[in-house]
Amino acid sequence: MSRPGSGGGLISEIEWHRPRTRWGVRTLQALLLVGLVVIGLGPILWLAKSAITPTLDTLTHPMALFPHGAAWSNLSQAWNDVHVGRYFWNTVVIAFGSWAVQIVVATTGGFALSVLRPRYAPIIKGLLLATLFIPAIVLLVPLYVEVVHLPLVHRSLINSYWALWLPYAASAFNVILVTRFFDNLPREIFEAAEIDGAGPFQLFWRIVLPMSKPILGVVSVFAVLASWKDFLWPFLVLTNSNKQPLSVRLPSIELQTSLGVFLAAMFIACLVPIVGFLVFQRSFLGGTGLGGAIKG
Amino acid sequence: MTTVDQAREPALPSKRGLSRSYARPRRTPLNWVRGGGLAAFLFLLPLLFVFGAFSWYPIVRTAIMSFQHTNFVEAPTWVGFHNFAAVWHDPQFPIAVKNTAYFALLALIFGYPIPLVAAVLMSEVRKRRGIYSVLAFLPVVIPPVVGVLLWKTFYDASSQGVFNTILHWVGLGPYPWLQSQQWAMPSLVLYSTWANAGATIIIYLAALIGVNPELYEAASVDGAGVLRKVWHITLPQIRGVLLVTLILQIIGTAQVFLEPYLFTDGGPVHATLTVMLLIYNYAFGNGLAIDYGKATALSLMLAGFLVVFSLVYLRATRSWSTR
Repeated sequence: MSRPGSGGGLISEIEWHRPRTRWGVRTLQALLLVGLVVIGLGPILWLAKSAITPTLDTLTHPMALFPHGAAWSNLSQAWNDVHVGRYFWNTVVIAFGSWAVQIVVATTGGFALSVLRPRYAPIIKGLLLATLFIPAIVLLVPLYVEVVHLPLVHRSLINSYWALWLPYAASAFNVILVTRFFDNLPREIFEAAEIDGAGPFQLFWRIVLPMSKPILGVVSVFAVLASWKDFLWPFLVLTNSNKQPLSVRLPSIELQTSLGVFLAAMFIACLVPIVGFLVFQRSFLGGTGLGGAIKG
Repeated sequence: MTTVDQAREPALPSKRGLSRSYARPRRTPLNWVRGGGLAAFLFLLPLLFVFGAFSWYPIVRTAIMSFQHTNFVEAPTWVGFHNFAAVWHDPQFPIAVKNTAYFALLALIFGYPIPLVAAVLMSEVRKRRGIYSVLAFLPVVIPPVVGVLLWKTFYDASSQGVFNTILHWVGLGPYPWLQSQQWAMPSLVLYSTWANAGATIIIYLAALIGVNPELYEAASVDGAGVLRKVWHITLPQIRGVLLVTLILQIIGTAQVFLEPYLFTDGGPVHATLTVMLLIYNYAFGNGLAIDYGKATALSLMLAGFLVVFSLVYLRATRSWSTR
């Protein structure tokens, strides 16, 4: 509704032309911008600066800008000597696997619930909704006990990435998001495809999936970010340090190495999320992920 | 299994069922497959497996384990409400509840009004609003472990700490931050607000932009100033979203774990021991005292408390999204 170049409508054009209002609002907005730069960007810039500053300088003059030059060696030391490279690769593998499993579960499940609609679909939808309002904490202990000793197959998933990929995929939020998107696809296209002789598998692969790129983008972005950010669950189920992702390793890296190398490792750990956010801004800021916050 | 039962049903048609059996084709396994029943089931399999094994089953298992004594050597024994009683009488339980409530309260005081004010100002930005959103949201994408460990460096209590250096410029400090029983919790909340406020701002911003401008125009015609319009139009118009963020924040803060675990490990002297950290200590803490019964009992108690908020949340989002 709002015209380009105008505000949200709270301040009318007449008020905007009143100098006192205009300059008052502009001053507040400028202050907000300065505040956001200092608070939002400041800590990250400090991390970037300290990642390439000698440890001693960061310890004695944390706010000084390279008093004795830069120490680029922090980055290579972090990558090689404390094996950040390996943990970074682990993080990528975990994120990719959780993305793939989540996409498979959400799209096939959403397709069945929205397009094929078997008679028992409402029961499954109800059970999915029920998990939404049960806080994540309830799952922690029994899920851990289950992963240590899988019932029926009598195997342990400890130190296997499946212990992350499978539970992450049990996200009702994803399935509901995808189901709602499929619900809004035009039914006529499905009917036309069926008349042309397409079975459910062709319908899914040739028609529904290609039409769902926007929602799959949103689900993908949140799947990768959530797995990149998680700490407690990978910390519990991956006990072998060679398999752990960066977020789990960082607290130990802090104890193993100098502050400069540690800060370089931290900087490497947040590069991918920051770059990903800047590239896929729309998916993050579009508000679709609103409900995802409840997953906690 | 159900298909066999369903297939049997029309074989004994009751008087009521007679008309129905004419209306539908006979329910045999073959017809079920031909009618797409098998395909639908196959498509649902990944979902049923993942949710069955890693969501529905563990939820039921929590309830069972909270009434059992489990040690993985002997078979679990039923102990009734013993685990709940043990949690209730644990001297750390009231401390954890009080600390969690304190965290939640501080998080509301810091984290509720500031994003609202910021979002209202941002909604009136006329050029390059995107820069504001990106800056505000940036801390949200930083992995929490990185955020916490970075802020732990900032909170260094020596006079060479980052925050103490900055405060020294204006003649304040040095402050003990995490090392003081009094300031540890506010320090945790300060970080938590930094890490989460951006998400709240983006939610508010989406709601504010959705407010119908005609309402503002009508109020202007009636002579209302900017502040009165905020009070009488903006806030009532976004009250659904205000409720949702309030509940999300309560649900989130009640389960706070990472901050007390990595910043202070519950200290100093239990000053930051939260309910979630107590659950963690029961289940995974020191080797000998592992007690899954107490951990699941406390999880259930916390969940029971939070389900009330979740129900309100579901109601609020439903009426809010269909409006």
